[in-house]
Amino acid sequence: MIARLVDGVPLRVLLLLGIVVAALVLAPLVASDYLLTVLIVILYFAYLGQAWNIMMGFAGQLSLGHALYVGLGAYTAAALYVHFGIGPWIGLLAGVPTAGIAGAFIGYLAFRFRVGGVYFAILTIAFAEFARVGFDHLNWTGSTGGLFLPVKQYAHNDLWRLRGQPVMFYYVLLAATALAFIGCRALLQSRIGYFWLAIREDEEAARSVGIDTFRYKMVAVVISAVMTSFAGVILAFYYNNLFPDQVFHIERSIEIILGPIVGGIGTLFGPILGAFVLTGLAETLTSALNALGVDLPGAKQVFYGICLLLVIVAMPDGIWPWLSRLIGLDRERP
Amino acid sequence: MSPLLAVDNLSKRFRGLVAVDRVSFEVPQGTIFAVIGPNGAGKTTLFNMIAGNFSPDAGTVSFAGERIDGLAPDRVCRRGVGRTFQIVRPFPALTVEDNVIVGALLHRHHAHDARAHAHAVLRRLDLYDKRSQRASALTLPDRKRLEMARALATDPKLLLLDEVMAGLRPTETDRMVSILKELNRETGLTILLIEHVMRAVMALAARILVLHHGAAIAEGAPDEVVRNAAVIDSYLGAEAVT
Repeated sequence: MIARLVDGVPLRVLLLLGIVVAALVLAPLVASDYLLTVLIVILYFAYLGQAWNIMMGFAGQLSLGHALYVGLGAYTAAALYVHFGIGPWIGLLAGVPTAGIAGAFIGYLAFRFRVGGVYFAILTIAFAEFARVGFDHLNWTGSTGGLFLPVKQYAHNDLWRLRGQPVMFYYVLLAATALAFIGCRALLQSRIGYFWLAIREDEEAARSVGIDTFRYKMVAVVISAVMTSFAGVILAFYYNNLFPDQVFHIERSIEIILGPIVGGIGTLFGPILGAFVLTGLAETLTSALNALGVDLPGAKQVFYGICLLLVIVAMPDGIWPWLSRLIGLDRERP
Repeated sequence: MSPLLAVDNLSKRFRGLVAVDRVSFEVPQGTIFAVIGPNGAGKTTLFNMIAGNFSPDAGTVSFAGERIDGLAPDRVCRRGVGRTFQIVRPFPALTVEDNVIVGALLHRHHAHDARAHAHAVLRRLDLYDKRSQRASALTLPDRKRLEMARALATDPKLLLLDEVMAGLRPTETDRMVSILKELNRETGLTILLIEHVMRAVMALAARILVLHHGAAIAEGAPDEVVRNAAVIDSYLGAEAVT
């Protein structure tokens, strides 16, 4: 299994990967509290970008409503915790299938009735909006007033109940990001990965070589939704409060997709690289402005806009394809 | 012996236009069969009905003794019918090798086995040396061969080829003809081809069907067909025969 995963990967890439992983594992030892919170946000978006990339980058199905799956995971686990004291890892067992079923439902509607391209994207937005409005009126989860997890100062990290200091969330997200990366690599090397790429490239041609495109698109949506909802559980227990207008807002969905777009859609490194570049630079910008005593609301959004423009103009495939050419990896699969 | 492919009274109309009009023919196992006719005669529509892209308005298509008309294209392929498209559609961003691996994975579950099979197919079609190139970087003749390779990798019993000779130079046509002959002889593959290049048709086909305005106007051995008055009149032109 491991041998297959690293099959055909050049040694220098493995070395580089080893250095990055080691640096990330050791980072909390030296990082300040602030830097650690930035790294948590980066890993959160790297993981989510990887999950979204399965649908768009691999199977070619554009989702602009991934906030739906984040929210379903977050609300289900948080509500079970608040109302019944059920811990997040058990809550996962309810939250993740809920998101999976939502994904399957949207996918079935769209693919059964041949809703594709832009119209599919609009459908995903619509369902995230349904959820936002729905949760606004759902008293069980606090409706518009928000759902709050009890918080106190934690001396110890309770991994089982996800109560504790940021460093614990950092390692949970790091493990999730690493697993997502390995999982996506394994998927890309497998039969299903090839079929997804074929569907992305040309659906009719894919059907002509015997691929049941409906089935494989459904699998992509469900895997992506399931992975995404796990990040939602972490979100709920990290921030300890959930508001429908924030969690399900389309802005959340857009934030998820910016990383992979900037880093390189359809590549394995793109979502991670994109999260580092976008969040890293945006936070640098914010703290630089703070240090200079400049208070510019919206500076981050303007910065995202400029980044996107630059990438689209200079590197239309994203940073990773450009970078991999630069370090001579362009003959390899992403 | 029952034929591998039997098309019976097949019809398709697009609004007022009758694209294919009660066409019947049979392709015996292990033969090469050609469909010729002027542009707009309904050849590609006929193909699309066999491959499942269109469902016919009337008539039936039987493959290996079972009805396949109205089945979705992916199911027709899984029964054992491979096809190429008149306007080529390889997977552009994938390498030549990966394009063929996708086809090979239809009946193989591991990428490793599929790669070995893909390599064998690529060698047969003279594409092995180009296996690492992106499909979008290939010339048109190479892309046509890549589509053939992708279809062949699905291990079809019947291969539908839609104008794979178009745009080829005479030497390339000859090479393609010999590749197809080899495939047919060595693997027993049955081939149904639409073709305009008569030199290839004459060299390959055991039987020819001529379509004109959607209807079959002649069918028979190549020598008979090219002497048929109606065929000369509607398609070949008098100078082609002399």
